[in-house]
Amino acid sequence: MASLRDIKNRINSVKKTKQITKAMQMVSASKLNRAQRHSQAYEPYTRKIKEVVASIAASKTDATHPMLEERPVQKTAYIMIFSDQGLAGGYNASLFRSFMQTVEERHSSKEEYGVIVIGRIGRDLLKRKDITIFDEVTGLSDQPSFEDIKNITRLAVDMYKDQAIDELNIWYNHFVNPIQQDVTEKKILPLTDFAEEDQSNQSYEYEPSEEAVLEQLLPQYAESLIYGALLDAKASEFGARMTAMSSATDNATGIIDEQTIVYNRARQAAVTQEITEIVGGAAALE
Amino acid sequence: MSTTNLSIVTPDGTVYEGEADLVSVRSTTGELGILPGHIPLVAPLETSPVRVKTNSGTDLVAVSGGFVEVRPDTVTILAESAERPEEIDKDRAQTAKERAEERLNRAKQEEIDIKRAQLALKRANTRLEVAKQK
Repeated sequence: MASLRDIKNRINSVKKTKQITKAMQMVSASKLNRAQRHSQAYEPYTRKIKEVVASIAASKTDATHPMLEERPVQKTAYIMIFSDQGLAGGYNASLFRSFMQTVEERHSSKEEYGVIVIGRIGRDLLKRKDITIFDEVTGLSDQPSFEDIKNITRLAVDMYKDQAIDELNIWYNHFVNPIQQDVTEKKILPLTDFAEEDQSNQSYEYEPSEEAVLEQLLPQYAESLIYGALLDAKASEFGARMTAMSSATDNATGIIDEQTIVYNRARQAAVTQEITEIVGGAAALE
Repeated sequence: MSTTNLSIVTPDGTVYEGEADLVSVRSTTGELGILPGHIPLVAPLETSPVRVKTNSGTDLVAVSGGFVEVRPDTVTILAESAERPEEIDKDRAQTAKERAEERLNRAKQEEIDIKRAQLALKRANTRLEVAKQK
């Protein structure tokens, strides 16, 4: 049996760990709160832009734009949103696992796809698997700004225009609630399905021309999709971390309780033994 | 007098929402004055101040990157960023302007993204113009 001092040390170390996990849980909770508010503020923008794009698409124009053009898929690009830091439970691992499963089914060789990765952990995981990385973004702030992802959006759109890639999908953890995050895949390019039908059925005038409007509108739309996914993923990250840290804190509490009982029992045993020894010693003197 | 409902929306939320008698924007092809009952229109915007005439006066909003969508009873401006005069940090805009100008001057000798500097200058100028109205 462990000595009294060993148990005491164990308890102290677990207590310290518990303080850390508890602090991280609270930090994540407040970050989650902010991320959710951010997502909410962003909602009207994405809804509006979707509305406009959908109504333009619905007006069945004959204007073409490289981003609308569907072609046989030879090379696929994936944007994957991971986190920069760990300690978020299965946040990164489950995303990575389902991604690997999917690409193995979908592609016969590694030549057929590449990844634009956000987040340090994801980058390291992908590198280890020798997956082509087109670009990486690390060290994003917790409340990412639209500017932060502009570069990768531009890169993806340019690659698509240059026919370096024929398809662009985004992978991220969709935030359901702090306990549940679902791995989600969404298609970004080509822009084909505009889910909601436009009810107003407007036919627009375009100033200066339809092409010029699409030229500006479509990249902005693609950006908004990616940015929306990023905000969603950030909320998931904090949710996952909060849940992971809260269960870590619970575990620590459990261990401390358990060890405290062991400690008390050992102390009691030691005291009893001492008394027995004294009594035994006194009896021997008589 | 009839009015049109104007909303200016950015990724960070709705910046402006209200009834307007006249919305004046600068599109890539020139100034556009939008009155209530305008035909449906979509046009990309320049980085510029948007003038909103309401019954209580004229509001200015600095808008950068985006487009305007017009319907007979609503006008929506979707921009990457938009600021009301009271939200603008004048000093910051001023330093941004100086920095952009300096970069443009140096652009000949060094490898500098001219387009980016020009856009930055435009944004700074727009902000300063709008901030004057405070």
